[in-house]
Amino acid sequence: MLQEGPATAGEAQGRGRSPLLMLRDVGKSFSNGVVALRNVDLAIREGDFLSLLGPSGCGKSTALRIIAGLSTPTTGLLDWRGDARGRSDIGFVFQEPTLLPWASVFDNVWLPLRLRGVSREKAAPAIREMIERVHLTGFEKAMPRELSGGMKMRVSIARGLVTKPRLLLMDEPFAALDEITRFRLNNDLLELWQEQRFTVVFVTHSVFESVFLSNRIVVMAARPGRVFREIAVDAPYPRDEAFRTSTGYAALCREASGVLGEAITLGGGVHDDH
Amino acid sequence: MTTTDPQALPLDPEEARRVRVAKLERIGRWVLPLAIMLLAIWLWDRICVWNEIPRYILPRPGEVLATLYTDAGLLFGSLLTTLRITFLGLLLAVVGGVGLAVLFAQSKWVEMSFFPFAVILQVTPIVAIFPLINIYVDNQTAKLLLCAWIVAFFPILSNTTLGLNSVDRNLLDLFKLNGATRWQELWHLRLPGAMPYFLGGLKIAGGLALIGAVVAEFVAGSSGQSSGLASRIIEAGYRLNAPRLFAALILISFTGIVIFLVMSLISHLVLRNWHESALKQDR
Repeated sequence: MLQEGPATAGEAQGRGRSPLLMLRDVGKSFSNGVVALRNVDLAIREGDFLSLLGPSGCGKSTALRIIAGLSTPTTGLLDWRGDARGRSDIGFVFQEPTLLPWASVFDNVWLPLRLRGVSREKAAPAIREMIERVHLTGFEKAMPRELSGGMKMRVSIARGLVTKPRLLLMDEPFAALDEITRFRLNNDLLELWQEQRFTVVFVTHSVFESVFLSNRIVVMAARPGRVFREIAVDAPYPRDEAFRTSTGYAALCREASGVLGEAITLGGGVHDDH
Repeated sequence: MTTTDPQALPLDPEEARRVRVAKLERIGRWVLPLAIMLLAIWLWDRICVWNEIPRYILPRPGEVLATLYTDAGLLFGSLLTTLRITFLGLLLAVVGGVGLAVLFAQSKWVEMSFFPFAVILQVTPIVAIFPLINIYVDNQTAKLLLCAWIVAFFPILSNTTLGLNSVDRNLLDLFKLNGATRWQELWHLRLPGAMPYFLGGLKIAGGLALIGAVVAEFVAGSSGQSSGLASRIIEAGYRLNAPRLFAALILISFTGIVIFLVMSLISHLVLRNWHESALKQDR
């Protein structure tokens, strides 16, 4: 099923070579008869920014949950490579910020370390660093309700990265934000990714977002959820506002839109679930 | 909230009217109930005078107030007894209600098995159960406490159970992802998340504990030497001492109001930083 795209983007960056995680023939069906995923083969390489792009119902969120170990595949297996530690090496960012409403920004970022038994004092330097990297310095004591949607999402990203995970999973994290905030978070996320060199699997249904962010786009089709085609995004990093308005970007978006259109037609997903 | 922009435009009529109405409402919220209350008391007094109602049937408000003062030693001593039962009952209800809720939260099976018992205990009128308690329990205080507890624990149990189960699915996943133990999940996620629900239950339970304590004493009063406010009311009833009866009644109502206010204050203090219910409308 998987069409190995040329790894030029990754190689041009000098990254994305050694595989971190292989999904081998992964399938998932639910008791109500829905086949969420079928025969998914996917190699996630170290340093990838990989987007899963597809219509709703194509199983992209299910794939993410399986990678996170929150759901077990019905068929197939996950093959962790190298010294990756599986579940404990993963950061997760949900569609909603899902912060603890009773805890400050600082304590929310502390949470993953706290659950691993790291005291507040010991965790403080890492927490402060993460808060600084998402540009929230000065808001350590603020409560979630005092923050805007974009700021909450920044806290959520800081929380996802505070354990220095090898793999960051993001489930449509910016879907609910306004466009200006989304652009800014896109830029900041890319900056973080280039500095810290973690691997990202990013679920989205926005063509523009996936092209702007990723070096690989895996387009999925629905009914049953499966990998339809992979698109390599060859544009070099760092990508900035100039890239967003470039003709290269527009061409890539057109290509990705075309592939997504094919995937939707194939999956019979003309009538949307929403 | 009231920051003024130096370049602010003069208010248009609609906005000015809105401000005026809001201001009136703020004042009315206090003044109206107070005025109606005073009016009712005045009417009560007038009815007594106009109809020449004897004091052993309906005393005048002034007389009740005077009795509250002259019988203060007796009445406030009784109030203390009732309060002691109420708060001990409430304390046990909190411990029992939260304890059972936490137990229920450990497993759906436990909850399914035992929740019906709690419901049965709740829906059976306490006055109907009391004769049984009277047979099985010797100690007077224990009897009253048991009654107050049975009446008060259910709202805490059901609310806290609901709260413990209403956790954000994503947060549960996040905890799982970070290898949280059951204990961590309970302590860092479920219990804080259940706090608004628990406090809602506590607000109801506070009033119910008082009702439980008073009702229990009513049923037990004839057989014991208890001296709570309920006994005072029964006693005053037998003696046709209506002023004292009214005084005791007013004390009970007043206590109920104070308990409610205290619970509301606790709830506000705990939740003010984060929960919607405690937020001022400043947006």
